[in-house]
Amino acid sequence: MITAEQKPLAEIQGLLGDAKKVLVVGCGTCVTVCFAGGDREAQIMAASLRMASKINGHPQEITDITVQRQCEWEYLDEIEKEIADADIVLSLGCGIGVQAIAEHFPDTWVVPGLNTTFLGMPTEQGVWEERCAACGDCILGLTGGICPIARCSKSLLNGPCGGSEDGHCEIDPEVPCAWQLIYDRLESKGKLDLLLEIQPPKDWSKSRDGGPRKIVRQDLRLIEDEA
Amino acid sequence: MSEKDNGYLVGSNLEKVLREGHFAVTGELGPPQSADPAIIREKAAFLKGYVDAVNITDNQTAIVRMSSIGAGLLALKEGLEPVIQMTCRDRNRLAIQSDLLGASALGLKNLLCLTGDHQIFGNHPTSKNVYDMDSLQLVHMVTEMRDKGIFQCGDEIKGQTASFLVGAAAAPFADPTAFRPLRLAKKIRAGANFIQTQLVYDVKEFAIYMEKVRELGVHKEAYILAGVGPLKSPGMAKYMKKNVPGILVPDEVIDRMTQAGKEWIGKKAADLAPEEKKARSKAWKTEGIQVCIDLIKDIKKIEGVAGVHIMAIEWEEAVKPIVEGAGLYPRPEVK
Repeated sequence: MITAEQKPLAEIQGLLGDAKKVLVVGCGTCVTVCFAGGDREAQIMAASLRMASKINGHPQEITDITVQRQCEWEYLDEIEKEIADADIVLSLGCGIGVQAIAEHFPDTWVVPGLNTTFLGMPTEQGVWEERCAACGDCILGLTGGICPIARCSKSLLNGPCGGSEDGHCEIDPEVPCAWQLIYDRLESKGKLDLLLEIQPPKDWSKSRDGGPRKIVRQDLRLIEDEA
Repeated sequence: MSEKDNGYLVGSNLEKVLREGHFAVTGELGPPQSADPAIIREKAAFLKGYVDAVNITDNQTAIVRMSSIGAGLLALKEGLEPVIQMTCRDRNRLAIQSDLLGASALGLKNLLCLTGDHQIFGNHPTSKNVYDMDSLQLVHMVTEMRDKGIFQCGDEIKGQTASFLVGAAAAPFADPTAFRPLRLAKKIRAGANFIQTQLVYDVKEFAIYMEKVRELGVHKEAYILAGVGPLKSPGMAKYMKKNVPGILVPDEVIDRMTQAGKEWIGKKAADLAPEEKKARSKAWKTEGIQVCIDLIKDIKKIEGVAGVHIMAIEWEEAVKPIVEGAGLYPRPEVK
């Protein structure tokens, strides 16, 4: 899932400025699961901003609403009226949600309340870790299901650099060395031969480096391209 | 592998020394954090005549410095043979190939291919890193440029190509240690002609590593130069042991360094008069050089080691006494 964390309140206040009517919009999908921008967080955010605006002596009218997914037009349609009523929208969705609101409601000024962080998962209660870099050309079949693109600090493809020590990466003792994990896993599966193959330079054009990406599935489209 | 004039790949001094079977000595020269050519000349003067070639680092420890190619050309003009270093951190495959065409056109003949220290350790920790390729892919790319006359994309290089004696690094003691000899073999299979290792202070462990390398037979396919470096103080030895991944410093080495300054043991730097501090530093440095000499003598006995790479970081003056003390002076003259 997409994981995110809230921006500091002071930064959010700065983004909101002196707008009178603020609508906080939560999202019921990824950011709910990572406790950053769901219904509960939207309510708490609205209450915090309300309180802060009173303390500042410039009380703002702050309401909140949460949709199932900010990244789909049909769910955004449901809050058209609330959006139109607001002077400014604070999206607690990921970066996709913020952009979907901006695109769907061109008259509205929308600002982000979250920093979208990575594609990952909770590894324990309260801990999330990056797992995928959405590089567009998955190599997990070669690396025992552990991604060196997302999890090696240098995205190496041919094994560990000299900075692997006691299972962690030299950049931070809290960061596991992806290549140690890969090595251990391949060794335990008797597949170390996979590590000995020279992996050629990666085709990064399928990643962000190839420009913004788009998937078109003709089998699913309702409007067909003209021949 | 296509071999050019006289059977040499590129005919660099380093290649000839290695090919003729001499125990090679390479050094290291860190370019300044400025555009001052005088600093290169000063450092070069300490190394000239004492090394067969000198590595010119590429933004080492991710700190911006004069480019390896620029500083390398200055060193070449001073009569030193440079080994250009190229990391994967700062350049994508276009920039690397373009810079290497330039380096080759300028007459630079040796190249060390590195992954590069992560930018978090340097003076621009908020920068974006590149890592379009890894060091192994880089080795393969430059080998193909030289031997097949093609760019990484497969296009033919029309006319003169970039030809380098291709080197790679090895970290014998980094984790996972069981993979290290295999990774070295992989780098050699990718095309590396010579290898320079991370600093060796533990000769016993290095001998074990070399034994595994010999079992793989790759010591016959590339020249392996063991990395050595003089210690400046017991503190430096302890720091490296504790903080630098892939460096083993045995207690005997730390003890030797500590004993060298025994007159001052238990005294804090702040309590020492400037001349006492100087005397202590001199005693440590003298021992550091001697430790390095002894390491080289022991390493030289290990089968499959073709030379040493002396990393005297910001202490180029130390190279002369080390090379002389290890009986490696004068350096061979090859034609």
